[in-house]
Amino acid sequence: MKLVPLWTDVLVWLLVAVLAGYAWYAHRRPHLAAPWRRVSRSNAGMASLVVIGLFAAVGLTDSIHYHPLLPGTQAGAPPVYSVEARSLLDDLLTPLWSRSEKTYSAPLAIRSYSRETVELPGGEVRREFPRLRYGGRHVADERERDRDVVLTVLQGLAWGAMAWATLAAVWVTVLARLRRVTVQTMARRILRRETQVAWIAVFVTLLVAALIVTPVALLAGGYHVFGTDKVGQDVLYLALKSVRTALVIGTLTTLIMLPFAVLLGIAAGYLRGWVDDVIQYVYTTLNSIPGVLLIAAAVLMMQVYIDSHPERFPTAVERADLRLLFLCMILGVTTWTGLARLLRGEALKLRELEYIQAARAFGVRDTRIITRHILPNVMHIVLISLVMDFSFLVLTEAVLSYIGVGVDPTMNSFGTLINNARLEMARDPIVWWTLAAAFGFMFVLVLSANLFADAVRDAFDPRVRVGQAAAEGAG
Amino acid sequence: MIAYITRRFLYAIPILIGVNVITFALFFVVNTPEDMANLALGAKRVTPEAVERWKAERGYDKPLFVNAEADGAARLTDTIFFQKSIRLFVFDFGNADDGRNIGHEIRTRMWPSLALAIPVFLIGLAVNITFALMLAFFRATYIDFWGVVVCVAMMSISTLFYIIGGQYLVSKTWSLVPISGYAPGIDAAKFLILPVVVGVAGGIGSGSRWYRTIFLEEINRDYVRTARAKGLSELTVLFRHVLKNAMIPILTGAVVVIPTLFMGSLITESFFGIPGLGSYVIDAIQAQDFAVVRSMVFLGSVLYILGLLLTDLSYTLVDPRVRFE
Amino acid sequence: MRKAVTLLVSALVLGGCAEVWNDPYPASERGGNILYTSFVDRPKTLDPARSYTSDEWGFIQQIYEPPLQYHYLKRPYQLIPQTAVEVPKPRLLDAAGRELPADAPADRVATSEYVIRIQPGILYQPHPAFAKDAQGRALYLDLPESAIRDKYGLSDFPRTGTRELVADDYVYQIKRLANPRVVSPIFGHMSSYIVGLKEFGAALQTENQRMVAEHERDHGPADKGLPWIDLRKFPLSGVDVLDRYTYRIRIKGKYPQFVYWLAMPFFAPMPVEADRFYSQRGMNDGRNLTLDWFPVGTGPYMLVENNPNARMVLARNPNFRGEAYPSEGEPGDAAEGLLRDAGKTVPFIDRVVFTREKEGIPYWNKFLQGYYDQSGISSDNFDQAVRLNLEGEANLTPEMQERGISLRTSVGTSTFYLAFNFLDPVVGGPSARARKLRQAISIAMDWEEFISIFQNGRGIPGTGPIPPGIFGYREGADGVNPVVYEAKNGTVTRKPISAARKLLAEAGYPDGRDARTGQPLVLYLDTVQRGPGDKPRLDWYRRQFAKLNIQLEIRATDWNRFQEKIRGGNTQLFFLGWNADYPDPENFMFLLNGPQSRAKTQGENAANYQNPEYDRLFERMKNMDNGPARQAIIDRMVAIVREDAPWVWGFHPLDYSLAHDWLSNLKPNQMARNGIKYLRIDTHERAQKRREWNQPVVLPIVAILVLVLLSALPAVIAYRRRERAVARPARQAA
Repeated sequence: MKLVPLWTDVLVWLLVAVLAGYAWYAHRRPHLAAPWRRVSRSNAGMASLVVIGLFAAVGLTDSIHYHPLLPGTQAGAPPVYSVEARSLLDDLLTPLWSRSEKTYSAPLAIRSYSRETVELPGGEVRREFPRLRYGGRHVADERERDRDVVLTVLQGLAWGAMAWATLAAVWVTVLARLRRVTVQTMARRILRRETQVAWIAVFVTLLVAALIVTPVALLAGGYHVFGTDKVGQDVLYLALKSVRTALVIGTLTTLIMLPFAVLLGIAAGYLRGWVDDVIQYVYTTLNSIPGVLLIAAAVLMMQVYIDSHPERFPTAVERADLRLLFLCMILGVTTWTGLARLLRGEALKLRELEYIQAARAFGVRDTRIITRHILPNVMHIVLISLVMDFSFLVLTEAVLSYIGVGVDPTMNSFGTLINNARLEMARDPIVWWTLAAAFGFMFVLVLSANLFADAVRDAFDPRVRVGQAAAEGAG
Repeated sequence: MIAYITRRFLYAIPILIGVNVITFALFFVVNTPEDMANLALGAKRVTPEAVERWKAERGYDKPLFVNAEADGAARLTDTIFFQKSIRLFVFDFGNADDGRNIGHEIRTRMWPSLALAIPVFLIGLAVNITFALMLAFFRATYIDFWGVVVCVAMMSISTLFYIIGGQYLVSKTWSLVPISGYAPGIDAAKFLILPVVVGVAGGIGSGSRWYRTIFLEEINRDYVRTARAKGLSELTVLFRHVLKNAMIPILTGAVVVIPTLFMGSLITESFFGIPGLGSYVIDAIQAQDFAVVRSMVFLGSVLYILGLLLTDLSYTLVDPRVRFE
Repeated sequence: MRKAVTLLVSALVLGGCAEVWNDPYPASERGGNILYTSFVDRPKTLDPARSYTSDEWGFIQQIYEPPLQYHYLKRPYQLIPQTAVEVPKPRLLDAAGRELPADAPADRVATSEYVIRIQPGILYQPHPAFAKDAQGRALYLDLPESAIRDKYGLSDFPRTGTRELVADDYVYQIKRLANPRVVSPIFGHMSSYIVGLKEFGAALQTENQRMVAEHERDHGPADKGLPWIDLRKFPLSGVDVLDRYTYRIRIKGKYPQFVYWLAMPFFAPMPVEADRFYSQRGMNDGRNLTLDWFPVGTGPYMLVENNPNARMVLARNPNFRGEAYPSEGEPGDAAEGLLRDAGKTVPFIDRVVFTREKEGIPYWNKFLQGYYDQSGISSDNFDQAVRLNLEGEANLTPEMQERGISLRTSVGTSTFYLAFNFLDPVVGGPSARARKLRQAISIAMDWEEFISIFQNGRGIPGTGPIPPGIFGYREGADGVNPVVYEAKNGTVTRKPISAARKLLAEAGYPDGRDARTGQPLVLYLDTVQRGPGDKPRLDWYRRQFAKLNIQLEIRATDWNRFQEKIRGGNTQLFFLGWNADYPDPENFMFLLNGPQSRAKTQGENAANYQNPEYDRLFERMKNMDNGPARQAIIDRMVAIVREDAPWVWGFHPLDYSLAHDWLSNLKPNQMARNGIKYLRIDTHERAQKRREWNQPVVLPIVAILVLVLLSALPAVIAYRRRERAVARPARQAA
């Protein structure tokens, strides 16, 4: 196989590296690490972090793309690769995408959702609901289906519980070793919430996740758990593929706009004078253009560029990827002004601090002051805004896709999923499962992002910790 | 104060010029006059002459920025940019690509938009403040906790789901209101109930949480503690002191939104078939009618700047300490 | 509290029985003899010389009357007179002006003469342009600008008048086709047929430029009030008025299809008064008082409310001459009740309300609730980028049949196809390699499945360029395309995929890999991207190619870019559709005519297909009259293109229409959209059904309200408790 580094793949992994780097950096500086410790004590924060982590795992495995090697290449000849770019997730989920039905089928169905004219062996023609090509194929007798499903779910629950128990045991043992206490003491501390980190929330969330994921995974082997769409594709697969798009839009938008926002925001706040005026002019101007219209114009422009240079984007995946990246960029342009304004305010404040005044008096160069003293002290603002903007951006994507200026129509995303599902609502009998799947996945993702954002903001902003205290007191 | 307002208005001019240049550049890179002509003329039997005629008729046959053939001022004025953009400053929007007058269109579509946006705004404000006050009153209890949970859950649901769900249940299954459409005058009410409810419901989550934060911030101030120490009941404290003082950030936050209410709501108007400015924009984007989009961008920018100005003015009204330099 | 809720519920339930709550129409319209229908896209113009989309024709053809029309019931489509006395027969003349017999070969014919006689006594709708004062002088044709300032619609002109339709009006409209200010889409096409039209257009162009220059000098370039051009002053050599009710059109050479054009709005009458009225200074200045928006015609209806954002309303034209409902039709029409009104005077309906409905779901639900009398989207719009399709199962479910909804299908006159660009080095050209590749793909594309998934079964798989219902189409065993289908013991089936694989291997791509290089075969499909709803369709295309292990890369783009690519010949595969202008095979066969290549000559042959024999046969076929000789040539031509497979013959969409049982006389018609005049509505039954179907269900909403109130209960309890614990200082948080 041959790796295809898509633009967004590279940036996603860059983001992972940046986060890891910051974690390492902050870990060694108590004043930076303290607020994060507060986050780790929050139940809601840790539970949502686990959920986000699961989504991130899906998104990251979907962010390694490659051209698979084609079979049957003669020895000695140069290897031939498929032109199709596949991701690691696709490989893991091969049964899901390869087993497509003809058209709609309900969740866990074994028969198609629409009647078809079937020719019986005797030449007689009848309209009936035919058996699916793949869904429930292993069930010979239709009446056995319910029993089969229940058995599989039970089996899944058992497996999930076992996996969870093993993981929890290992984890507690490791923690105990690190803290140099016995396993029992460690377990007791966790249960009584005497630890630095709200482990109990982590374990409970993991248990719930395991009890959901394993049965679904086992069922997905034989059925279409969330049904199939109009052309018979597995909705579970579509929803899982949409996760990456949501994550990319939610995070890369902030990452891409970061350099501008940081540079311009700090420059405006620190240098003041005409620089400040110019930068303020730029962002007031950009801000005053209605965001949707700016995005629409920019996305259409991008489309023109892609269309007139087809040779640069040999595959549809690359083309869709570039459009996604560009969507992130243009969303960044419309959202960076908020961050820049915050940073400007913070830089204005920091600038007046004594040690920076002193550094200036000693003739330290401005660039050095900015990189050494100001930048590290505003990084948390950047991170908070990354977390805070995430859910907003994920929701925006869906709306933009509706207007037709969102992601490429060939790309899986919650926006495209909802839009397709929307049209299905008018069918009779109603096709509800696509909408339900999109709703479920999106709701869980955005909800956990919101909860995590709350925890982070509360940890950093001492003024509004009342709510947190109340929540913890009551919960 | 008049001097201040004048200065602010003057400051708006370079911003609007900037907006104009950006949108103009963007749209004409996207859509050359040939594209517009082709789209407008349709697919069947289009000849190059027809395209040229279409362009000439609408003034798209001129150069973009500089007319090298003309003399003097006409070098700059006899261009598409000047003809199409500068006129916006006097709110002369010209004609859409389909030949209809944009100004007339905006004036007629403004009312349905406002009929939807104003109730959503006012009712939303009232509901959110009430809910937030309740949460603040019961702060640090399980009511507050679950209230916040409900808020977070509600704001995690995409607007699209509210609309789809509302239409499916209320209009289709229960036949309570017309599923879409609009009628002017008093008849508008039955069409607007559902979109307004959906609009308010969609805003409860984030709105209430935001106001709750403001109230809590206010509750922890010294004067509130003093008032409470004097033995005033919690309700009195909440309404007399907290609400009154919190109104400043709430109102100034709301004022900035008021002018943009004119622009309507893109999604809601489209789904419910309300012929307002929001659906006008969506139509224009989908039809790639950039004369309309450009005008709406300009209008949006003007309203935004107006909103900023109103915010500043409202600061002085509620807080006499703020002085204009 | 419980008592109050019970009261509320019972009040709502009782109150609800009497009336429906979700009626989207004003109370004043209740019970009226009104047809309710919808439109999707804002019309761009209602000027009959400019409009070329069937959506707009839905309005225009109720108002304007060209001399001819299609018979409402008969199939195949048949032209009958509308305002004319009879369908004109061309007089063929040779170069010396001698009359030739009707079957004269095309190369001897120099001109064809069409003499059209119209019925006397036809009146225009009431319109201010015709208003006259007591002395007989026109009231509103020489208004000063100040008098127009307060006018925003035709109702602002208090007086109206009418006038008899004369031959001059038809000639005036033909002249308008060449008017540079009108920009008619058919001017280019017509100027190569109508004698003198090109020269006439050039003269007008010169005059217009002179006027514009003069005007700009006097008023500046921004001024919109250009003075009127009186087209009567310019002679058009090929069209003349013979008497008050007769005019003659002369056509270069032989063009038997010209008569079909006389049934299109392009050849509707335009009174000179109207053109003059709307050309007055100030009419278009922000008021939209133009022919684009305020049509004036002789038809059964006139436009009385014009709000393209929301609602267009037609009302009965009081001056309409009256027309008899057809008394014969296709076999079976009588059984369906379509002849019940035979001979009665149309129109039957007083008003037609078109409501704008952009979203599919509200549209469909309103139909089911009885608020639209008919539903159905014509299968046009393949050639216009339209986003909306009827979503929802249109095959009748038992529930729908119970409601009395009926489904009428009729054979469409359009075709939807996947074209191979013949100029492309991989899929194009006459080589055996490329041809086999094309044939393999033709077999693999399973249109039967496409029709069942995306068209709800409403379509006929294509076997050639000509759709059913058009002369030249072959049904049954004669119509089988031997390249794609095979006949086995009496039934015709698509060839198995193995046959396609075999062809692919013969083409040099065994198992989808280039035999020489081992590289996988990648093909590129260009398509118009219409929105996120397209994804399933694109996925389906990809799957068809995957059957052959061919990788399909889809380039979705906007309409403009798509057209540009096709014009430049920079495509490999693309989808297009064609909707008949008129029911003649020439209108489909010309889509594959070499000299009309899109990339080379900007013609309509978008695939750039070229085959000398086909082109030669086309020249012979196009001017022939229908008959066995023509059929033989068409059969040969179809055989050639089937073998060459420049298109994957997609499908011919069935035109269908759903209607409630209170609407009668409905028969879908692809060629004409002037059928509203024939429809009839049983308003009493409609009112009853609407009431029955739309009983409001109040309980759930009450339950929700109660639930919300209940959820406030803990707060009340907590408040009470807190009140009781008085003197205690408030708990301090944080």
